[in-house]
Amino acid sequence: MTFLDRSHSVAGPGFSRWLVPPAALCIHLCIGQAYAFSVFNKPLAQLLCSAAQACPPATEKAISTTPGDWSITDVGWIFSLAIVFLGLSAAVFGRWVESAGPRKAMFAAACLFCGGLIVSGLGVMAHNLPLIFLGYGVIGGCGLGIGYISPVSTLIKWFPDRPGLATGTAIMGFGGGALIGAPLAVGLMKYYSSPTSNGVAPTMITMAVIYFVYMIVGALLVRLPADGWRPAGWTPPTAEVAAARMMTTRNVVVGDAVKTPQFWLLWAVLFLNVSAGIGVLGQASLMIQEVLGVSVAAAAGFVGLLSLFNMGGRIFWASTSDTIGRKQTYMIFFALGAVLYALTPSLGHWHAIVLFVLAYGIILSMYGGGFATIPAYLRDMFGTVQVGAIHGVLLTAWSAAGVAGPLILNKLRDYELANGVAKADAYSMTMYIMAGLLVIGFICNWLVRPVADRHYMPTTPTVGGELIA
Amino acid sequence: MAQNNTGSSATTQVTLGWVWVGIPLAWGVIVTIQNVAKLFQ
Repeated sequence: MTFLDRSHSVAGPGFSRWLVPPAALCIHLCIGQAYAFSVFNKPLAQLLCSAAQACPPATEKAISTTPGDWSITDVGWIFSLAIVFLGLSAAVFGRWVESAGPRKAMFAAACLFCGGLIVSGLGVMAHNLPLIFLGYGVIGGCGLGIGYISPVSTLIKWFPDRPGLATGTAIMGFGGGALIGAPLAVGLMKYYSSPTSNGVAPTMITMAVIYFVYMIVGALLVRLPADGWRPAGWTPPTAEVAAARMMTTRNVVVGDAVKTPQFWLLWAVLFLNVSAGIGVLGQASLMIQEVLGVSVAAAAGFVGLLSLFNMGGRIFWASTSDTIGRKQTYMIFFALGAVLYALTPSLGHWHAIVLFVLAYGIILSMYGGGFATIPAYLRDMFGTVQVGAIHGVLLTAWSAAGVAGPLILNKLRDYELANGVAKADAYSMTMYIMAGLLVIGFICNWLVRPVADRHYMPTTPTVGGELIA
Repeated sequence: MAQNNTGSSATTQVTLGWVWVGIPLAWGVIVTIQNVAKLFQ
């Protein structure tokens, strides 16, 4: 297994750096399946009734009345656990990912994520929910975290001239993974379903095998640049340009980075941006049905459109940040996002469906863009040496937002409905509060300043992994 | 000549790498667009 070692994955002469983004995409397109886990929710809540051929007709709202079947709330914890363990494992294993190198980290991610899917499949066969929590939530969640950060610092080292574009491409894959994972799971469940089974367990096991092959190809393709490598014709920015763009020429180790106010401001920036977006993502289907009165099929189309904006925004905004700067990009996210959130209740009242959909599309593009731009922002603030590990710790903001965002949206909606507010109006207050969260995010981002000298490593300054003469 | 071979080999690898990830991604995008079309029907 020495071929997995960091020393065995250094690129030789003639290797093209444009092979590294597809290697990263092999990982992110697979682990992005997590965003599509909700396609399993209803079938998981109908395991016993489908075995007994006693499920309610699809036209009725009840999921299952068979004793022993799990509720949608029970099943919803699987995804929440996976996101929590994504953040925790990224934080805990970030330094290991940096030292072990991308190939070993990608291999570990493949084993954990696909192993987690198989354990979940066994849990479904045994109708054992704790086993599914352990499989997809804990083991798979650790695979998500390690897989998510595994290519980030490698891409930043290969693309010092365009770090936003490079990391945006990989993280776009996480958004795109849902577009593949949802129809793949639906198709496989249809293929495996029988009169007494809805095919969830074999679907999970088949997906584990397919994803394992893809992820291993990514691990085999990935290479680290040799020491001193730089893109042909590229020269590191001068100290003056770097200072003007708030790009550090030095490095901060992860232990010192977490002691800086900049780290916690960026943590808050990611937390607030994700909280605002994730709450809408989870409720998008129900929201458009209740606000605009569209059909279930049309609502599914709305969710699909948001996924496309979420994916496209990752590469658009991250590459834009290479030109206009990271801080300015987040300023746009928060200012434009707050205005759009504040406008959407009115657009709903006016039944301006195209503008309503477009507003949420732009909001979700900035949600994705926030994820994709943060690695390059961290590189600008803390340098390249431990950017993967620092990114890992910062992803705990995602875990926190994954719990807080849907909680805020659901509780506020329940409160509004309990106070006699019409269903179509119940989301208005929530949208104004989301706008408020983004205003706080704007302030946090505005407060970000260069890191104080005392936090830097006492080494030769670098930009994009390159020594400055 | 050897340099040309290295260059064309790298180009082939890059092309195959992008095709490997591009096909499932394109399939996912097409299926999603088909669903999106229902929104405006």
